[in-house]
Amino acid sequence: MPTLTLYDAIGAALTEEMRRDRHVIAFGEGIATKRHDLVAEFGALRVRNTPLAEGIIAGTAVGAAASGLRPVVDLLFAPFLCYAMDELVNSAGKLRYMSGGQFAFPLVTLAMTGAGWGVGAQHNHNVEAWFVHSPGLKVVMPSSPADAKGLLKAAIRDDNPVLFFIDIGLLYQPGDGPVADEVVPLGKAAIAREGSDVTLVSYGKTVHHCRQAAEALAAEGISAEVIDLRSLKPWDAATVLASVEKTGRLVVVHEANRLCGVGAEIAAVVAEEAFACLKAPIVRLGGPDAPVASSYPLEQAFVPQPEAIVAAARRLCRRQIA
Amino acid sequence: MTPHPANPHEIDARPLLEQMLLIRAYEEAIVAGSDAGTIPGTCTSVGQEAAAVGVVNALGADDLILTNHRSAGHLLARGADPGRLLAEVMGRRDGYCKGRSGSLHISVKELGVVLTSTIVGAELSMAPGVALSQGMLGRPGIVACFFGDGAACEGSFHESLNLAALWNLPILYVCENNHWQAFVHRREAMSREHVSEWASSYGIPAHTVDGNDVAAVLAAARVAAEQVRASRRPYLLETWTYRTRGHFEPDDQSYVDPAERAAWLARDPIARCRDRLLADGALNPSQAAAIGDRVATRIHAARAFAEASSYPAADELTRDVYA
Repeated sequence: MPTLTLYDAIGAALTEEMRRDRHVIAFGEGIATKRHDLVAEFGALRVRNTPLAEGIIAGTAVGAAASGLRPVVDLLFAPFLCYAMDELVNSAGKLRYMSGGQFAFPLVTLAMTGAGWGVGAQHNHNVEAWFVHSPGLKVVMPSSPADAKGLLKAAIRDDNPVLFFIDIGLLYQPGDGPVADEVVPLGKAAIAREGSDVTLVSYGKTVHHCRQAAEALAAEGISAEVIDLRSLKPWDAATVLASVEKTGRLVVVHEANRLCGVGAEIAAVVAEEAFACLKAPIVRLGGPDAPVASSYPLEQAFVPQPEAIVAAARRLCRRQIA
Repeated sequence: MTPHPANPHEIDARPLLEQMLLIRAYEEAIVAGSDAGTIPGTCTSVGQEAAAVGVVNALGADDLILTNHRSAGHLLARGADPGRLLAEVMGRRDGYCKGRSGSLHISVKELGVVLTSTIVGAELSMAPGVALSQGMLGRPGIVACFFGDGAACEGSFHESLNLAALWNLPILYVCENNHWQAFVHRREAMSREHVSEWASSYGIPAHTVDGNDVAAVLAAARVAAEQVRASRRPYLLETWTYRTRGHFEPDDQSYVDPAERAAWLARDPIARCRDRLLADGALNPSQAAAIGDRVATRIHAARAFAEASSYPAADELTRDVYA
């Protein structure tokens, strides 16, 4: 299996999908500058730079998607999506429904976020829950190059608008390369590690923190199952519920603010659907209700680290519901 | 050479008069229903009929339209069935959007009226993408994007014009400058008198026309559409008109300067068109009456159709959210 980075995986997915379907186009803030290979192969009409104007980039993608193209737009950093909220939420997410199904919006929005570069809160803000909460949109956030490629291919082929969040901290870390042309279906989680005592559910870089925590827990005799959600909407409740029914314990981990984060929904659904299986309360680990600092130690402190996950899992395994 | 006369004096305004009367009667039926509590209130286009009819009649069947909440004129001039429109306004299942839109965002894809949005400026944000598809997929039609002076004060107007000029997109921007941005007069909100003044900063040709003179609007729109078609580049046409009713029904318009409104009512686009046709001998009083009767019959039938249409079933609540 070849190794490549998540950045390369995105390029590979774009290349394969643009070869497969002439309706796929890519535009955004510097995409033609950074991805010369795409411009060389597909030309300057299908791969375009844009002004740094997220609203019109997203709006143009919405209009193009409704009229026969399949745009992929690069808006660089997730906080910049604030400028594109109307186009993504009010247009892409709603106009299919509001028109009685007359239009579909097959478009993908790429945005980077997360700790790793010390870029501060206006470049690093894990806003994925906003879009999970908005009807008509799908949301993914891969934790590996292979999943990034497979999920992006699925997102491009999907007839709905997909928010594709890229974890900055994982962008240039080499990983296992994906099998050529493999598509990772939206809405399907991966069991990153099997276990029987506690379920750790996560996405993005904290999946790796959960894996490290599971290693440490194994040394203590605690068997942790790690689930990588990959898709946040739709999310794979069946896989999570099946795991919790087996382990009876759940820790949900993400870098985004804990308050009303994706973990809150997962915890609520597990409480509603699998309460009888729970041997201990559900624990959510996430960032604080604070903007992310640029300073390295504070940026890292924002993110649930393996030690905190180990401590939470250990606590759950030592207590029983009376 | 243009296939149609671009000289207002050579235009046969009789079919345009009938379209304007249909729009007025449709809006008045809604106002009456709103007053009676039988039809939800809407943003009417009363007073702006010529601006809509003149431009829409300059477009071809291949051309696409993006519009906004004040869209009855565009839809009816494009040939939308007033019965299905009224059904939509009334939330009925036979509405063009299955009752999910209501009055504010009616799209009719089969007529080329796409992606209607009530978010002021959203039509401007989506128009470049629609035009991009037209070009990249080899479709001949141009894109007409209708918006108001309110939308022209949104950032999306400026971003849209910049991108359309940069990417050579075939968009006919049509600003219906009706002087009102919801409850605010344009002079309180705009740094310039005319929206067309802003187009030149993007290298986009622009023209302001008397939006209450249907033949003048049609002539100007033909020139504009032809230029977009030939150049595959944007053009901005500003129709200078006036919203003679309120922002949304009901609205007592207590905030409106009565003298200004009276001056515009004296320039009513329908009365001007009819009086000119009668004066020119292109229409006689009995023909004018016959047009009025046809329009009244259509609106009566439309009302009956809409009222007979049922409401959507509860199981349609979550249908068509995802493709």
